[in-house]
Amino acid sequence: MKYLDEFRDPDLAKRLFDEIHAITARHWALMEVCGGQTHSIIRNGIDKLLPDKIELIHGPGCPVCVTPLEVIDKALAIAAHPNVIFCSFGDMLRVPGSGQDLFSIKSQGGDVRIVYSPLDAVKLARENPSKEVVFFGIGFETTAPANAMAVFQAKQQGLMNFSMLVSHVLVPPAIEAIMASPTNRVQAFLAAGHVCSVMGYWEYEPIAERYHVPIVVTGFEPLDVLEGIRRTVMQLEAGRAEVENAYPRAVQRQGNIPAQTILKQVFEVGERKWRGIGNIPNSGWHLRGEFRQFDAAAKFAVEDIQTQESPLCHSGEVLQGLIKPNQCPAFGKECTPRKPLGATMVSNEGACAAYYQYGRFVSLESITS
Amino acid sequence: MCLGVPGKVLETYKLHETLMGKVDFGGIIKEVCLAYVPDIQVGEYTIIHVGFAITRLDEQSAQETLALFRETGLLEEELLAADDHAAASETQPS
Repeated sequence: MKYLDEFRDPDLAKRLFDEIHAITARHWALMEVCGGQTHSIIRNGIDKLLPDKIELIHGPGCPVCVTPLEVIDKALAIAAHPNVIFCSFGDMLRVPGSGQDLFSIKSQGGDVRIVYSPLDAVKLARENPSKEVVFFGIGFETTAPANAMAVFQAKQQGLMNFSMLVSHVLVPPAIEAIMASPTNRVQAFLAAGHVCSVMGYWEYEPIAERYHVPIVVTGFEPLDVLEGIRRTVMQLEAGRAEVENAYPRAVQRQGNIPAQTILKQVFEVGERKWRGIGNIPNSGWHLRGEFRQFDAAAKFAVEDIQTQESPLCHSGEVLQGLIKPNQCPAFGKECTPRKPLGATMVSNEGACAAYYQYGRFVSLESITS
Repeated sequence: MCLGVPGKVLETYKLHETLMGKVDFGGIIKEVCLAYVPDIQVGEYTIIHVGFAITRLDEQSAQETLALFRETGLLEEELLAADDHAAASETQPS
């Protein structure tokens, strides 16, 4: 397909690998923020072909993985309601809550539906006026304009039977939290390309300066990832810490202004809890007052949720880059994509799922030691 | 979930006062929301995420990036080739 195949060219990939090998002199730890990049790296074996001196730490950029357990439990309680059509993106359905997941609610008779676009949920609300249609609005900045448009249209069309369970997260505060952590090992970031398509990359400039950390806006195809790594290593070796755009075909510094305009109308920034990580100030979007009537969390008062994480699951450490998925004792044993203990084993962007899918059952560290 | 797929805009129209369009993803055609790329023209490429165009794909930038990749390492190869050539000529009897 045009604009995909060209960025997977093996001959050009070899040139970029050679270049990265030639410029790498010292040890560096880079974090790819986005789970989509993690999958590209593991699927294509990029981490194995890089110089040993470059370590890739997989970041928390998996919205399904960081959606807090209490929000999942709330979704399960709402979805079990007899008059509700509960709509979600597909990879949310198998994410374990404290007791069950959305699939089990569906098998017990709950009306749980997978939608491609949040506008599909708005359409369902229009077609089913006697039902309450609830959309599970999760995601990073990439997905937020779509979810904002759904709420905006529901208000415009007076669809009072539509509501959204919002659990939106933001990348820049998470990068700041990682840099401020006493256990941090990350020396540079590959920033998530499509997040920057929406928001631009000017927000990262003060972060790069404050923490003296290179941040390179990076795409998702193998050549994009390699170019992001090449530019990052060049900065690190030269002692520079700048924001660079290695994905100019899809990203401009100011981002997408029409999308940002609707985002500002519908959402306001506030604190957000990240599963496995904890509270991060100003890292979430919440519905503004004038859209509060579309807030499913307020519409469906769900009391007495007692959350319970699996004691065997180490997804919090995986999300913080403290361990690799295959260093978790439950990886591939008690925890598989068919019976996941944590969300990182479920999502297409979860690091554990990537390691399982592409057969990384033994850690590179255990081979070399 | 931040997956974005490039597609070519085939037609644009308004639905519920919102700019929508048909986009071709290498043979698969889907309806998508174009409200965030209001100036997009039929025949241009855009990146689609959960049924929304999040940005226009800048075709010139795409070509420039590929051209840059093609040049990567070329200079080194030429220098190496020149060295080899020089080494080879040194061993030859003059």
